[in-house]
Amino acid sequence: MKIALTVNGECRETEAWGGESLLYVLRERLGLLGSKNACEQGECGSCSVLLDGVLVCACLVLGAQADGHVVTTVEGLADGDRLHRVQEAYVQAGAVQCGFCTPGLVVATVDLLESNPSPSDDEIREALSGNLCRCTGYAKIFDAVHRAAMS
Amino acid sequence: MDVVTPRTLDEALCLKAELPQARFLQGGTDVLVELNFDRSRPPALVNLNEVAELRGWSRENGALLLGAGLTYAEAMRGALADEMPALAEASRTVGSPQIRNRGTIGGNLGTASPAGDALPPLLAEGAVVLVASVRGERRIPLDAFLVGVKRNVLEPDEIIVSVRVEPSRAPQTFMKVGPRNAMVISVCSLALHADLARGELRAAFGSAAPTVRLVSAPLDARESFPDLVAGAASPIDDVRGTAAYRRHALRVLAGRALERCLA
Repeated sequence: MKIALTVNGECRETEAWGGESLLYVLRERLGLLGSKNACEQGECGSCSVLLDGVLVCACLVLGAQADGHVVTTVEGLADGDRLHRVQEAYVQAGAVQCGFCTPGLVVATVDLLESNPSPSDDEIREALSGNLCRCTGYAKIFDAVHRAAMS
Repeated sequence: MDVVTPRTLDEALCLKAELPQARFLQGGTDVLVELNFDRSRPPALVNLNEVAELRGWSRENGALLLGAGLTYAEAMRGALADEMPALAEASRTVGSPQIRNRGTIGGNLGTASPAGDALPPLLAEGAVVLVASVRGERRIPLDAFLVGVKRNVLEPDEIIVSVRVEPSRAPQTFMKVGPRNAMVISVCSLALHADLARGELRAAFGSAAPTVRLVSAPLDARESFPDLVAGAASPIDDVRGTAAYRRHALRVLAGRALERCLA
């Protein structure tokens, strides 16, 4: 089947098998490898993207459900070579260890700061509760969120 | 595998009649896991996401109609959270923000897991499930809708349209036991409503019987109510906890919930 969606401001069209997740479509069909594939069951958050501006796990959205909709992935955050302030804050705070969870956490952080520009630690904990960091680098991730909020 | 995306409820009902073997999905948080892990390969998928009639919630003669496509995130906020605070609390415990943005009340009813977090507060409020097919509509009380572990009485040609609730506005709460606050399938859960107007205590619990179960008693039976709740459970031992622990936890939760609601 054919799927047409807007990804990071660009209209994209691709063939897909009906049972494919949005994550598969993004990674394997459209070559956007920023959203990571790990648990495939919504546990780890490493595939977090914005679907019509709403934070979702791309692995739990059927690719066909994104047909005609607007998706923002981690690749769509930076402005050319200029990093998004959340990405910059993650770099500055050293909130990246192995880096696998980082794209999902960055997207979730962008989503959090959109609705809550200066979150408390508890609000950060809640907002990022669907994103796992197996390096357990959470302290620096909190630093990064606070840093981004202040920037 | 074909995917069909109806735009109206009528269209969806025709598809359900034509394709009884197809898997219908709303948010997809349950169905996608099955697809991703190759646990099911339905001949077709029907995406209900674009059916406007299933979205959101509305008022109808003092009752609330919660669309099957109402997300947990929507149930957590605004006037609906004021009308149904226990449902809002339960919704807040579902998965993560990502899951709550996609998972729906209708999906919880369709999956019919005894661990479905929306089910205890809906049961304690006497919710009625509205289902439809090309043959017409049925209204099924929630306790009759759920008949076993992941089993409901939906006929092959029927779709869950909405849930009708007359809010009691009773002091109420929802509690859930699990190893952490997020991303937890409940070890057991409890919604408690201290219905002062009707002089009744109502508790509905999850993950401690094949379906969510309702227990009620007069308001003055407060002392014995936690034991009554624990006694009504028929839990099993599994990877998440033992039967004995679940029964104990329900007794403790009922006591705490009573304190919270009758403070």
